[in-house]
Amino acid sequence: MENKMKVSSNPHIRSFLTTQKIMLCVIIALLPAAGFGVYNFGLSALVLIVVTIASAVLSELLFNLICHRKATISDLSAVVTGLLLALNLPPKAPWWIGVIGAAFAIIVVKMLFGGLGQNFMNPALGARCFLLISFTSIMTDFDCDAYTGATPLALVKSGKGVNVFDMVIGKTAGTIGETSMIALVFGACFLLLLGVIDLRIPGSYIVTFVIFITLFGGRGLDFGYISAQLAGGGLMLGAFFMATDYVTRPITPKGQIVFGILLGILTGVFRIFGASAEGVSYAIIIGNLLTPLIEKVTMPTPFGQKKVKGGKTA
Amino acid sequence: MNDCCMRAKMIGAYKKQIRNLVTIQYGKEEKMGVKLTFQGGIHPYDGKDLSKDKPITDVLPKGDLVYPLSQHIGAPAEPVVAKGDHVLTGQLIAKAGGFVSAPIYASVSGTVKAIEPRRTVVGDNVNSIVIENDGLYEEVEYEPAELSALSKEEIIARVQKGGVVGMGGAGFPTHVKLSPKEPDKIDFVIVNCAECEPYLTSDYRCMIETPEKIIRGLKCSLALFDNAVGILAVEDNKKDCVEIFKKLTKDEDRILVRQLKTKYPQGAERQLIYASTGRKIDSTMLPADAGCVVNNVDTVIAIGNAVIEGKPLMHRIVTVTGDAINDPRNFRVRIGTNYHELVEEAGGFKAQPEKIVSGGPMMGFGIFDLDVPTTKTASALLCMLHDDVSASEPSACINCGMCVEACPGRVVPARLATYAENGNKEAFVENNGMECCECGCCSFVCPAKRPLTQDIKSMRKMVLADRRKK
Repeated sequence: MENKMKVSSNPHIRSFLTTQKIMLCVIIALLPAAGFGVYNFGLSALVLIVVTIASAVLSELLFNLICHRKATISDLSAVVTGLLLALNLPPKAPWWIGVIGAAFAIIVVKMLFGGLGQNFMNPALGARCFLLISFTSIMTDFDCDAYTGATPLALVKSGKGVNVFDMVIGKTAGTIGETSMIALVFGACFLLLLGVIDLRIPGSYIVTFVIFITLFGGRGLDFGYISAQLAGGGLMLGAFFMATDYVTRPITPKGQIVFGILLGILTGVFRIFGASAEGVSYAIIIGNLLTPLIEKVTMPTPFGQKKVKGGKTA
Repeated sequence: MNDCCMRAKMIGAYKKQIRNLVTIQYGKEEKMGVKLTFQGGIHPYDGKDLSKDKPITDVLPKGDLVYPLSQHIGAPAEPVVAKGDHVLTGQLIAKAGGFVSAPIYASVSGTVKAIEPRRTVVGDNVNSIVIENDGLYEEVEYEPAELSALSKEEIIARVQKGGVVGMGGAGFPTHVKLSPKEPDKIDFVIVNCAECEPYLTSDYRCMIETPEKIIRGLKCSLALFDNAVGILAVEDNKKDCVEIFKKLTKDEDRILVRQLKTKYPQGAERQLIYASTGRKIDSTMLPADAGCVVNNVDTVIAIGNAVIEGKPLMHRIVTVTGDAINDPRNFRVRIGTNYHELVEEAGGFKAQPEKIVSGGPMMGFGIFDLDVPTTKTASALLCMLHDDVSASEPSACINCGMCVEACPGRVVPARLATYAENGNKEAFVENNGMECCECGCCSFVCPAKRPLTQDIKSMRKMVLADRRKK
């Protein structure tokens, strides 16, 4: 038979969506925040972003080469990791911080565990925490040409007043990508509209966090305080872009809500009772570690079966 | 005049009662804008425009006709003719091999050429009766009957004698379906008019062209179940059919038309039962456990033909479509007709197709050779210029959860496929792998292009084989 046909098991059609396209969407959604960071902090921020992304991609490329594995950089996940990490760095951090961070994120957190889809924690956040512990002074120094002094969240923690409007716009000190609530929410809306992420995690996360700080923040239902808490720090970046990371969040719909609630509580605890004004990164990392457990207890009930006591289905 | 008014009122009241019954069970009402549907599912390109306006036309076979003895679930049929015998159209050529089995009838007149293994759609060689068509189409005499004059046993016997099987794809003998243990507990007889599978338009054309035959068949089934209500479950992309049915069943006190949301797999048995009645069954249960009997459009028409006209199952409607076909069409095909002839009848290929599927793109079988016969379960012949599956390379799972959202069976396909790949049978079964209905939604949506359905399917087969051994 000269005209051979292709044979495979059903189904015979596939959707147009690919991993690469999803990653591209995330990159596009992060651009407003990155752009605002560059506008806010100057060209040095741009250099840092570019260096970090380049090192992330290069790390993955080199790792695959050395291990004789198929090149995987075309799925764009390394670019996303690099970009997210850069947005989590202080604007004045030296370029080598970006290089070390990106290499740690890609090689230690992601590739050593088996590459895309196998890492148990968000690579960008893993690297950020590694840098925070290793280079504390650099990573917590938010002084730059535009702003001096503490971040607004640190001011809030010490009981000082802040300009909430500036925080929403993003004209404050902080890491490159976290300051502008508007730019982040704008990007998040893009992802929500495309269906790349849904509101389960960000929604339950933010709602739980607001409830928690209202109850335990010591300021009650203080609108200014709550909005400063929401707009400040990495909450928006974390809730919409890091907590929703596919690989490290639970795959079950119910589990995602549990995950969001857990993050809300942990962030509240870290911000109110912790030493640092921040807490999002650590909350998400701890959440990532609990993901397998959450998944296990929130497995959906199959169609047509009823749940019986003990979580087992009959 | 007065009598007529009374009757209309009574019917109205009765229908309201039934509606309330369905509403209570489902908790939602159509009128409130809530669409009858299920959780999960997908919306692939439906491709129905290619053939939906093409009326059903007859195809007269030119070459030999091949009747595989096993084109239904259950025991293979046993030949009752020998090589050299002359047969007429509608003559029994193979009798049922047991209760769960179905007889086979000649669909042309001619001579039995051979009884030998021939290749079928799925690629197996199955013992088949080959008949050389004499082109005369001499028919046997059928025994028509009045539905009202038949007892329940007689109706079932006529369906059984007619060789009717589930023509939606499974091929389960219909008389078995129509004789559940407790016929009084059947509340709903559902006609699956969803046709959720992309590209297929054979049911749609039947609904447009011969809706009275569908209703006739449904009445035959309803005659078996005294307490049952008939439901015509149609997807809302076929609004014209809904209108036709509503008009035709205006005066029927036991038939309801339900409009379901358009979504794949709305026509899957379990999802269909849930969407149209609000009752749920799992993989281990039969529709009868939820008081339902489900049959597809073609099957219901065949039931009517067998019961009222005494005509056995000899034809089926096949959609020949796809972007590789010059003139996509809906054909009334004599069972046993070679697929080559169907393609020729539809104007041949525009260009060499990369993939040919017997059935729809979601559930059909990929075939490597057109030299196979049309069977009772062949709903379509889809010829595609481009094959999505070989064009996309599987990559690592990114845990996106799209398969979980799409899965109508509410399982976690990504995890199940991993267990299947690792050969971890216990974890597979523990995580409800056996609840999968193999609808293919997970593979369709997967951005990493993993062969999820395929992995799960293979594992299910292995587990089932293990269970049989025990």
